[in-house]
Amino acid sequence: MPKITYIEHNGKEHTAEVPVGWTVMEGAVKNRIPGIDADCGGACACATCHVYVDPAWLPKLAPRQDMEEQMLDFAQELKPNSRLSCQIKVTPALDGLIVRTPRDQH
Amino acid sequence: MVERIVIIGAGQAGAQAIATLRAEGFEGSLTLIGDEAYPPYQRPPLSKAYLAGDFARERLFLKPDAFYAETGCELRLSLVATAIDRPRKTVGLSDGTKLSYDRLLLATGARVRQLPVPGAALAGVYYLRGIADVDALRQHFQPGTRLAIVGGGYIGLEVAAVAVKHGLKVTVIEAANRVMVRAASPQISAFYEKIHRANGVEFALGAMAERFEGDARAQGVSTNLGRVEADVILAGIGIVPNCELAEAAGLACDNGISVDEYGVTSDPDIFAAGDCTSHPGFAGGRVRLESVQNAIDQAKHAALAMVGKPLAYREVPWFWSDQYDLKLQIAGLARPGDRTVLRGNPETRKFSVFHLRDGVVAAVEAVNAAPDYIVGRRLIAARAMVAPERLQDISVPAKSLA
Repeated sequence: MPKITYIEHNGKEHTAEVPVGWTVMEGAVKNRIPGIDADCGGACACATCHVYVDPAWLPKLAPRQDMEEQMLDFAQELKPNSRLSCQIKVTPALDGLIVRTPRDQH
Repeated sequence: MVERIVIIGAGQAGAQAIATLRAEGFEGSLTLIGDEAYPPYQRPPLSKAYLAGDFARERLFLKPDAFYAETGCELRLSLVATAIDRPRKTVGLSDGTKLSYDRLLLATGARVRQLPVPGAALAGVYYLRGIADVDALRQHFQPGTRLAIVGGGYIGLEVAAVAVKHGLKVTVIEAANRVMVRAASPQISAFYEKIHRANGVEFALGAMAERFEGDARAQGVSTNLGRVEADVILAGIGIVPNCELAEAAGLACDNGISVDEYGVTSDPDIFAAGDCTSHPGFAGGRVRLESVQNAIDQAKHAALAMVGKPLAYREVPWFWSDQYDLKLQIAGLARPGDRTVLRGNPETRKFSVFHLRDGVVAAVEAVNAAPDYIVGRRLIAARAMVAPERLQDISVPAKSLA
């Protein structure tokens, strides 16, 4: 199972095994990793699962879709490596992925 | 001293309350009672990805099993709370046991509204509220199966979208003359009806279901406008708040368990949150909301009040619906009489409808238009006035409206 490392805003690291086909958001929520609220449960409807993807991993991710792009435009502290973690599907190629959570999701 | 908290109802609100109570430092005993066999799970995917078979059951659960162990919350599942003894501060359960509480949270949710027509008990008649309902309905999702859906609301239309994709022949029977009559404005209704028709869904609008036909199995629905042949019938005509337990205990109820903006019922030691409540609405008056947002936010506020940190619940309501490749996002509650302003062109499958009340933005319905939704939510929260000319001018970026 791919391992994903989530780094909190305060620097605390959590590594979790996340099944292929799940989303990076689900991996965080199901492993009780703080910093990702995901109020809508992954429907790309709330923008509370914002993460910063480690730049080294960006090329391995499918690009943002239109709806994600639109929602992200309103995220706090948007960066070029910002993604909604509910829109990142876990694949075997993402084993080792590192994401960082922002200070605040709202 | 609050040492024992009991939560009745293992849904979105119940799960949120556990998290907030522990995060806010409550260290006493915590028990969650649920009448289904499952720990708290997400309902929104049931009529969408889970029905479509794109979403495994274990992904529905809101929290991992470890959450309940780590938070020291005892899960008591497949049990019904049968009575609240307020003087003794106990809850009676269907297994004959009693639980004592210092503070009680009612997160009892809602149940489907039954359609009281002849034939309602026939095999092949379904409702949709829980995992078991979808598992039963889904076995009929074979190409060519005729599905009659009574009710053109969110549930009916989301199921219709999944069903036609699976090759079923779908007819939606709706008593009103347009779909989503309770949840959406006429422009949105017209758009969604058109999309569904283009995907092969048939509609019987203004049709009242009068009888489910069939001997042992359902074979059709008779309406005042004629008969719709069917192999399977789904009734999605709304939900009813579960407030009987509260009523029997003498708690005030008014279209749901009445709570104030802190989630407190008419008993200061009993709180309520989620679909089962009615509360002072953001825009005035009492409202009962059926939504994930309300379950989460109201449960947070109730939990805060339960641990002595009251904070008034004043969030703007929001909702969403996924049908085909369309995401409908709604913020605020529209009312008849609002002035509606169309932003964008429905032909592009990307547009929104703003609702102004005395010039103030009161609601927005956005189709594949997330910026309009987010900006709308902010404008509603700020009770902002925006000129209709600006709202409808798509050369003005949504972001600059707030």
